[in-house]
Amino acid sequence: MKVNLKVWRQKNNKAQGALKDYAVDGVNPDMSFLEMIDVLNEQLISKNEEPVAFDHDCREGICGMCSMYINGRAHGPLHGTTTCQLYMRHFKDGETIYVEPWRSKAFPVVKDLTVDRSAFDRIIAAGGYVGVNTGQAQDANTIPVEKENAEKAMDAAACIGCGACVAACPNSSAMLFVSAKISHLALFPQGQPERKRRAINMVDQMDEEGFGNCTNIGACEAECPKEIKLTNIARMNRDYLTATLIEE
Amino acid sequence: MAQSALFKSSIGKKFLMGLTGLFLISFLVIHAAINSMIWFNDGGETFKKWGSFMGTNPIIRAMELVLVAGFIIHIVDGLLLWKQNRDARPVKYAYSNPPAKSKWYSRSMGLLGTLLLIFLVIHSAHFWIPNRMQQGLTDWHNEINLYGRMLEVFKNPLVVAIYVFGCISLFWHLLHGFKSAFQSLGVNHTKYNQTIEYAGIAFSVVIPLLFALMPISIYFGLVN
Ligand code: SF4
Ligand code: FES
Repeated sequence: MKVNLKVWRQKNNKAQGALKDYAVDGVNPDMSFLEMIDVLNEQLISKNEEPVAFDHDCREGICGMCSMYINGRAHGPLHGTTTCQLYMRHFKDGETIYVEPWRSKAFPVVKDLTVDRSAFDRIIAAGGYVGVNTGQAQDANTIPVEKENAEKAMDAAACIGCGACVAACPNSSAMLFVSAKISHLALFPQGQPERKRRAINMVDQMDEEGFGNCTNIGACEAECPKEIKLTNIARMNRDYLTATLIEE
Repeated sequence: MAQSALFKSSIGKKFLMGLTGLFLISFLVIHAAINSMIWFNDGGETFKKWGSFMGTNPIIRAMELVLVAGFIIHIVDGLLLWKQNRDARPVKYAYSNPPAKSKWYSRSMGLLGTLLLIFLVIHSAHFWIPNRMQQGLTDWHNEINLYGRMLEVFKNPLVVAIYVFGCISLFWHLLHGFKSAFQSLGVNHTKYNQTIEYAGIAFSVVIPLLFALMPISIYFGLVN
């Protein structure tokens, strides 16, 4: 099959970018979207042109690197998948496909489709950890954890830090990501001593990075490849509000 | 405990928005209940009685100041959110195709809020402001005839249309705002979510519908 791409090309952070047209022929419908971009890049290299820079690593939906805004949607048209899990058979032969980087003040473009997501790392560094050694794997069973909480924590921990929530949110808010990280620790006994401080520090860091404010639209939940739930944001609101309003 | 500047923070702004929103919702209930008394068709007797109670009772008048503050906080906070959120994405997408699960009215609260603000100005210029001007600071019982003024104002089909349009904006605003307020306050629980969802829909339909029916029924001469 053949596709017509409109790809965002931008030399570096300072340069002006623009959408550029590319026609890619001989696309196998069972190629992933990233493999199709690989084909494009082979073509560009053979023509002595600069290949399209894009982030990728695992190519199996677990690392969260493959940030691409495809045809107006974070990670493309499918629900609950990353770009590397999106296959060309989901597009029509001859279709025009827009490919843009994540757009957010807090995620500046590095080059073409790659953005700098280190804002997420700084948020984690502000409190997304348990500050003491919690032991070896077998020690996890010495403190009982409610089954319900274990399940919810596991669901929240599925967040791969891809940033699709920020990209999809009309406000560029990072609350789904931050609330997932706050939640998966808040639901465990080991996360309790630092729970309130963690909420405050991570939210403060999130605000400092220049993400927008959540207005409960739900685009993040709809686009998250790991189907992280909005209930996590409510939990974060609760933790933050009790920490600032009620705690001594 | 580490300190955070609550109302400067993103969550603090959500909290304020939700809190003032719920307060304004409680005002809508009282406003709709008292105005519905025009349908008793007793020449405005009951409506006037309760209307002047609201305009002259010192406790209610004190609450009115809180209400004005509630409106101002809700509006200013909304504008702040709108500005910060617009700035958070300096370069827009060339092509955007939002997922169906994120509703257009949730994405358009700034626009709906602006329409409501315009309506609020028109509406208070019709009734509330002239009444308080005549009353002045001390002469509380010297009220204008709100009932008569209502019958007068709603003879104009354009005014009726503006009011109906205002009520439609209110419907969409509430459809997002009602349940959104609970989420912002951290209330999101499988036990209550369905109730909040349905209560929100019912409220968003019933209240604006009641309000819209007032100018309509007056225009068609059903109130006397
Ligand atoms: S919450 Fe979902 S969309 Fe956001 S970073 Fe985590 S996995 Fe990605
Ligand atoms: S490349 Fe790792 S999630 Fe897509």
